[in-house]
Amino acid sequence: MSAVLTKDIVKTFADVNAVDGISLAVPDGEFMVLLGPSGCGKTTFLRIICGLERQTTGDILIGGTVVNDIPPRARGVAMMFQSYGLYPHYKIRDNIAFPLRTQRVARAEIENKVEWASNLLGIGHLLDRRPRQLSGGERQRVALARALVREPTVLLLDEPLSNLDAKLRASARNEIKQFQQRVGTTTIYVTHDQVEAMGMGDRIAVIDHGRVRQVGTPTAIYDDPADRFVATFVGTPPMNLVAWNGGHLGFRPENFLPRELIDDSAVTEFSFRVDRSEYLGSERIVYGVLEGLESVQEITAKLPPAHVDQESIRPGEWHAFAVRNSALCYFDKDGKRAIRH
Amino acid sequence: MPRPLAAAIREVSFYSAVLFFVVIAAFPFYWMVITAFKTNSDLYTLTNIPFWFNEAPTLAHIKYLFTQTLFARWLLNSLIIGVCVVAITLVTALPAGYSLARMTGRSGETLGIGIFMTYLVPPTLLFLPLSRVISMLGLQDSMWSLVLVYPTFTIPFCTWLLMGFFKAVPREIEEAAVVDGCSILGAFIKMVLPVSVPAILTVVIFTFTLTLQEFVYALTFISSSAQKTITLGVATDLVRGDIYFWGELMAGALIAAIPVAIAYNLFLDRFIAGITGGAVK
Ligand SMILES: Nc1ncnc2c1ncn2[C@@H]1O[C@H](COP(=O)(O)OP(=O)(O)OP(=O)(O)O)[C@@H](O)[C@H]1O
Ligand SMILES: [Mg+2]
Repeated sequence: MSAVLTKDIVKTFADVNAVDGISLAVPDGEFMVLLGPSGCGKTTFLRIICGLERQTTGDILIGGTVVNDIPPRARGVAMMFQSYGLYPHYKIRDNIAFPLRTQRVARAEIENKVEWASNLLGIGHLLDRRPRQLSGGERQRVALARALVREPTVLLLDEPLSNLDAKLRASARNEIKQFQQRVGTTTIYVTHDQVEAMGMGDRIAVIDHGRVRQVGTPTAIYDDPADRFVATFVGTPPMNLVAWNGGHLGFRPENFLPRELIDDSAVTEFSFRVDRSEYLGSERIVYGVLEGLESVQEITAKLPPAHVDQESIRPGEWHAFAVRNSALCYFDKDGKRAIRH
Repeated sequence: MPRPLAAAIREVSFYSAVLFFVVIAAFPFYWMVITAFKTNSDLYTLTNIPFWFNEAPTLAHIKYLFTQTLFARWLLNSLIIGVCVVAITLVTALPAGYSLARMTGRSGETLGIGIFMTYLVPPTLLFLPLSRVISMLGLQDSMWSLVLVYPTFTIPFCTWLLMGFFKAVPREIEEAAVVDGCSILGAFIKMVLPVSVPAILTVVIFTFTLTLQEFVYALTFISSSAQKTITLGVATDLVRGDIYFWGELMAGALIAAIPVAIAYNLFLDRFIAGITGGAVK
């Protein structure tokens, strides 16, 4: 168990900077989530931390030691690969046991751990099969089990749940989080699923084009986005943005409500024309445009169905909507967050 | 056209095509087999129909081979040479193919093709310089000269073959092993080699067959009967001037061909498919 510190990591492939200067401090025992769109360099960054890829410039410290020149096996890092990398000629049992065998763990303990990990992930009945006899989701759980059996310095998980169905994903999410809290292993968890990121991370690092856009707790990332990218990448539907004073004004759909529902006077009012609405059970998503204001995408409002019925927001009509001033974010013309106006 | 008729025509044309190629492929083998077991009088009587036995089959040719010639010795020589060359080839080509596939980036490809090119230089050109080397080493007229020379063409070809195969092995397997605590060599031995069994078997059988059938080097480097390989011995000691010992020739060829045929059929088909399945997404 150790802290991970990266200083200005840059990785250049031919002509692209896959990682473009990431400095990240992950304290001992933290669950750090890397969140970012496809191709933003998450996998490359993990591969640099575990030593499979050599950074072009920059330093990596694990537990306070610079590990730039230390080979992967000596870094004591466990990694789950996005594409699994199971050993095709080994049975599942031996796949999971392999990292323990290379560390010469006692046989009885290996058996216990394999049993524990396979039960944790519900693959106990598959132990005597080979990888090719498994479904994609089962393979993914084997890969995860193989990363979890060790007691690594750092646990690196690259989209570990992407191939599981919703129910399995929820339970595996829970298991990983509980396991991490119990053992306290420093964990770096890559995902592009925001629900996973918000639900699991102690902190989230939002990455785009090989750069960290913001690091913070899920609350900070959501309520206090540092720039336009973070504001629109996190949250479904994303934050509304309207052109404003040369920059953009942003507000979350759930804060954009009919005027009469806000019991406050410090509000900014808008005239909102509803185009269509979707009823999703727990919420009603309403799409439309604002009068006299140019917006980046369609404006959305997320309304509590209990308070707003179909009749009161008929499509084609203009409605008085408003946002509490405290819920407004202003971004300057470079997309950076400016002080509240 | 009525359906059953169309189907029948399809079947018939399919099977006649198959039959055509089977006959072309199998006829020489059939000819070899019956000649090996025909009596001399059956072979040399011109009025006999040559396509089957006109007299009772005989084991006389095989007996002659083992009693009147050094055939058993040639078999042993070929076996020893084959095994040694296979070992030398594997020890060299496995690491060479792997490093070309994994460690040299784009130049590896070019280098691999370059190595393969050397395989294409014919022995009829190379035997002259090589015979100098052999005589400098004092290996003239010794089967060990062949153990030394044969790798010059088996290694390039097998390196190239293995390079192509190693490239197809998912990299994640080795990467996972390296992260899980192996050295690069350990990952190669524990992960890459077991997964590459089909390629290794191909290399073994291919190398063995190449050494078994090689003629030019054997002919130029070796003259005493006791040092000869089976290909050379059969062709030189059983053809005296213009007299061909057809029965013995064919019996010798048959005995040499059988183990190879068995090896091909038994191992290759079974191993070639699907060992790496399931490693990655
Ligand atoms: N070996 C490589 N050679 C050249 N370019 C590469 C290589 N590996 C990655 N890249 C490039 O680097 C960028 C980042 O890739 P990376 O795999 O880290 O993305 P990612 O964030 O993991 O994406 P995803 O969410 O789709 O897995 C991509 O543009 C990719 O094309
Ligand atoms: Mg990735």
